[in-house]
Amino acid sequence: MPVNVHVDENLIYKRPSSLEDVHTHYCPGCTHGTAHRIVAEVLDELGLQKESIIVAPVGCAVFAYTYFALDGVEAAHGRAPAMATGIKRANPDKIVFTYQGDGDLASIGIAEAIHAAVRGENITIIFINNAIYGMTGGQMSPTTLPGQSTTSSLDGRDSAITGQPMHIAELMASLPGTAYSVRRSLHDAKHTIRAKKAIRKAFQTQIRGEGLSIVELLSSCPTNWKMTPHQSLEWIKEEMLPTYPIGDFKT
Amino acid sequence: MAKGHVIIDIERCKGCDLCIQACPQDVLEFAPTFNHKGYHPAMLVEHDNHCTGCTLCAVACPDACITVYREAPKRKQRMEKL
Amino acid sequence: MSKKLIKGNVALAEAAVRAGCQAYFGYPITPQTELLEHMAIRMPELGRTFLQAESEVAAINMVYGAASSGVRAMTSSSGPGISLMQEGLSYIVGSEVPVVIIDVMRGGPGLGNIQPAQSDYNQLTKTAGHGDYNPIVLAPSTIQEGVDMVTLSFDLADKYRTLVFVAIDGAIGQMMEPAEMPPMQELHPRPEWAITGQGERNEKNIITSIYLGADNLGDFNDKLQAKLRAIEESEVRYEAETVDDAELIVVAFGTSGRVAKSAVHHLRKAGKKVGLLRPITLWPFPSKKLAALADGGTKKFLVVEMNMGQMLHDVRYAVGRDIDVQFFGRAGGSIPMPEEIQEKAMAMLEVN
Repeated sequence: MPVNVHVDENLIYKRPSSLEDVHTHYCPGCTHGTAHRIVAEVLDELGLQKESIIVAPVGCAVFAYTYFALDGVEAAHGRAPAMATGIKRANPDKIVFTYQGDGDLASIGIAEAIHAAVRGENITIIFINNAIYGMTGGQMSPTTLPGQSTTSSLDGRDSAITGQPMHIAELMASLPGTAYSVRRSLHDAKHTIRAKKAIRKAFQTQIRGEGLSIVELLSSCPTNWKMTPHQSLEWIKEEMLPTYPIGDFKT
Repeated sequence: MAKGHVIIDIERCKGCDLCIQACPQDVLEFAPTFNHKGYHPAMLVEHDNHCTGCTLCAVACPDACITVYREAPKRKQRMEKL
Repeated sequence: MSKKLIKGNVALAEAAVRAGCQAYFGYPITPQTELLEHMAIRMPELGRTFLQAESEVAAINMVYGAASSGVRAMTSSSGPGISLMQEGLSYIVGSEVPVVIIDVMRGGPGLGNIQPAQSDYNQLTKTAGHGDYNPIVLAPSTIQEGVDMVTLSFDLADKYRTLVFVAIDGAIGQMMEPAEMPPMQELHPRPEWAITGQGERNEKNIITSIYLGADNLGDFNDKLQAKLRAIEESEVRYEAETVDDAELIVVAFGTSGRVAKSAVHHLRKAGKKVGLLRPITLWPFPSKKLAALADGGTKKFLVVEMNMGQMLHDVRYAVGRDIDVQFFGRAGGSIPMPEEIQEKAMAMLEVN
């Protein structure tokens, strides 16, 4: 008779407690969920759940504060780093992090992101790069790839008109107050585990008060890329990685 | 080989297939039934218990639906000594 | 405490410091900048937060963050900066976070100039961002009153968990007058709704202005409107002088309120039955008082503003169609003279 394996002492992985027990609205296979999970796992492991504050963006993750079991606020589109600055200055001993997409951070909110880094604001930015505006139905964003079709670049992004993809992790790394800036990817289990390690380091940077930490995560958007979840992860590997190399740009 | 087991929260699962793709032992499949949102949730296929509890499915799951158990080999010897 | 000669911007900044303002985020813009400069000195002195933001857009969102954390937080600017802040203002009111903003108004529209004006009246009282709401707007006409209004603004913001403007113009901001500073208040404890990290609380706190369901947002708007009615009920402030037997009442606020007072005094000395109604709260507007004055027999109102006629419409709305409401205004940064107001009033009085 096979030993009954699933008994408490054999438990080796369960849902992190920093995630609320709710169903998210993210599309099936969207790696926003994966990013939420590994951030929550790090918060659990570092014992930060009761000490952390999330600043949610406008975009697919606008309800992030309902998915994390933490104090949270919802910032105006692109302004999360500014709002986080106000929160951190009022709560200097708490962990404050923003969770932003490429529309929120790389487009409308780039000034706030850059200046938070220039000031060396002691916050962490979780930057989800899925090369598209998800919530509004798939428009081009500053990280959309040349030739990538979106609802506002139907024949593929034409760089002659709309320019080249923005490299946020490298850009932020070049700023004086940035203490930690890396890019990781969520396109498979191995890379997701590495992404989690980077997120842990980012929060530890904040704990040590060394300045701004940012982790750019290559993420999928099956619905607006018009692919299956699995194909979208392949697309990250084949198409996004060449443009957005994984690396540590400032540690 | 270590013996493992996974429990999938079938109501939270969105049938996205990523755990099925990630499983090195091919012991996960879509359930024939629907959950309340109309997805076919993922399901552990028990035929001869090839799950090793490697947690790759849980790492791949965007909705943190999967709880993983793994029977630790050392514990087995300790139990025999008792 | 004794009176001392002090510049408007500096006095209002110091009043905020004494009201326990713990976080100031601002951006340079004439004619407001000395207010920011004073905060740059005083706030660090007291171990409080001062930060010059990269833009007014960033500044208002920093204020939003600090105020969400339950500390008294403010910014200050002028018309163009307030225009940039509008989305943030709507979020602040839409999530019931107490915030104080001092607007030192200047000539508009566009880049306009740095002379004093009152052309932000509509922006402050009616269009301070998208959605149905009115911030409380206090309009002092002297530096002492400005100090008192700043002190009051923090209490009103906390009491109603809303946005409060203190609106002066470049003249009040830049001139010096004797004023007495209030005593330093203790820093206020953080309210239980504040964002501080859950810590020992058993519930997490959330500050958000999004309500996806139409009925939820509908309910929130009903709640907001009820709050605005309560404010209208109990927070109207104005100064009325020799209005009871007045045939003509001059209605003017802020700097034009001061000039109008001189004009009214001269006209009274010349035996004319003239009064002054100076709104101190631009919102809630003293509509009831004006209606009562009209019902009480005053048939002529002369609205004087440093714009092209904005409060004018609120006065007309308050007193109704069969009352003669005329306007005298100067936009572009110049200040009306008492004689000009007297001349206009005399002309109106001659017509019966």
